[in-house]
Amino acid sequence: MSGYAVELKGVSFSYDGDTVLRDISMRVEKGDFLAIIGPNGGGKSTLLKLMMGILEPERGEVRLFGKEPGRNGASIGYVPQETGHNLDFPITVMDVVLMGVLHKRNIFRRYDAALRTKAKEALKRVKMDSLSGRKISELSGGERQRVLIARALCGDPDILMLDEPTASIDFSGQWEIFELLEELNRKMTVIVVSHDMSMVMGFAKHAAYVNRSVVMHTIDAHTRYQIKRQLGGHEGHYCGAEFWRDMGKKIECNEECRHA
Amino acid sequence: MLEALEMPFFLHALTAGVLIAAAIGLIGPLTMANRMTFMSGGIAHATYGGVGAAIFFGFSVLAGAAAAAIVAAAIISFIAYRYAHRADTAIGIVWAVGMAAGVIFSDLAPGYNVDLMSFLFGSILAVNVTDLWIMAAFDLIALAVVWFYYYDFTALSFDPVFAKLQGVKTQFLHFLLLGLVAMTVVLSMRLVGLIMVIALLTMPSFSSERFANSLGRMMLLSIALSIIYIITGLFLAYMYDLSSGASVIIVAAFGTIALLLIESMKIKGFSR
Repeated sequence: MSGYAVELKGVSFSYDGDTVLRDISMRVEKGDFLAIIGPNGGGKSTLLKLMMGILEPERGEVRLFGKEPGRNGASIGYVPQETGHNLDFPITVMDVVLMGVLHKRNIFRRYDAALRTKAKEALKRVKMDSLSGRKISELSGGERQRVLIARALCGDPDILMLDEPTASIDFSGQWEIFELLEELNRKMTVIVVSHDMSMVMGFAKHAAYVNRSVVMHTIDAHTRYQIKRQLGGHEGHYCGAEFWRDMGKKIECNEECRHA
Repeated sequence: MLEALEMPFFLHALTAGVLIAAAIGLIGPLTMANRMTFMSGGIAHATYGGVGAAIFFGFSVLAGAAAAAIVAAAIISFIAYRYAHRADTAIGIVWAVGMAAGVIFSDLAPGYNVDLMSFLFGSILAVNVTDLWIMAAFDLIALAVVWFYYYDFTALSFDPVFAKLQGVKTQFLHFLLLGLVAMTVVLSMRLVGLIMVIALLTMPSFSSERFANSLGRMMLLSIALSIIYIITGLFLAYMYDLSSGASVIIVAAFGTIALLLIESMKIKGFSR
């Protein structure tokens, strides 16, 4: 048994002959809060899907808690990208969360009372229990994302894997989600794909920059603290340019960007 | 109008209408949620190949249609899974080739033929008692399958990737669903017609999706709407001597538009 949550050794992957990831080796420690960052099309989501076993590597091997990812799917709490679901489909918040324990249904393929209690608890953890009877299409983007996190938590995961959870959410909604992830990280490993550098730098412990290859960076507690304070002080008006300016880079931040 | 109820053939048609509505209301919401409307259209048209073959070789039309529909469902399910990015092209081919085979078989069939138009557009004269028993049996099978896989289908419809991760056999369910579509198409053929059945799979589901908050309620609403549309359509077909399928579809179209208007007025009312 290795002591790592995720281990990749010489992993390569391509779609239709185009190499997306080349010879990746990396390790994610148990209890880490890892952000996967990088340009669009650089292989962020692919890397996450390889870690979960949704995709299989062309070369190399992936280990999740020392085993092949496909064989312990139950211990992964997956929060997919927003675009993946059918939002017109009539389904309540409760039924979405119950999907997290789909594999634990009884012999009639029904959820029994214990599983429903579990789903309610998961909703409480993300502070969404008051909306359990609501239709999923009636929620805001931020609320919906909390429900999907509850669905992932419902299966008692050892590791939480999120693919762009805040892509279509406003600043305060993003902040709340990352705060929630930080709290959950006290008990489990968290891996999140994100393009929002300011959030990543304020909350994650490590960042993996993915663009065909992977470069790991450590974000120390001091940096996190400072960035978080700066993020908090801007009350929703904090754009990428301001972030880099504050980081010591000189980028013109015009009127438009300040109110973006 | 009511004297129609004394005609045995019309009573058969009405009973068939209710039995078909049950199957359509159960299966339609699933095909719509899983974006299978075009696939269902492909299966429906390819079924005509089986009808033509049955007439040419002289065996049961129902058996020929069922065999063709299941084969078409298997081909389409396989392609949609393996070659997702070319699925619509392949479905279009299955659609047209099946139809063409049916036309050629019936051209070559010796002697004077049964009214082939009735298979395409439906006829209130075409249903017999054996058909009714087969339809009832299929309703029970469809109900059992949907009940057993209810949450699997829900997960597949809402978020297929997550469903797969949770151990749901998504490819199997995909084929199972298209198989149910195939049987629904075959059994609706006599009354509603092969070409018309796609519209009946989509319109009640489209309306009920907006008013329901679960798959189960969406199905119940779809069944209710399908019964209303089919029965009304059959009466109109009887009174004005129309093709029953076409008349059912026009009724359904009016109903769907009316429900859409009601809903948009409701939303405006709320926002005021």
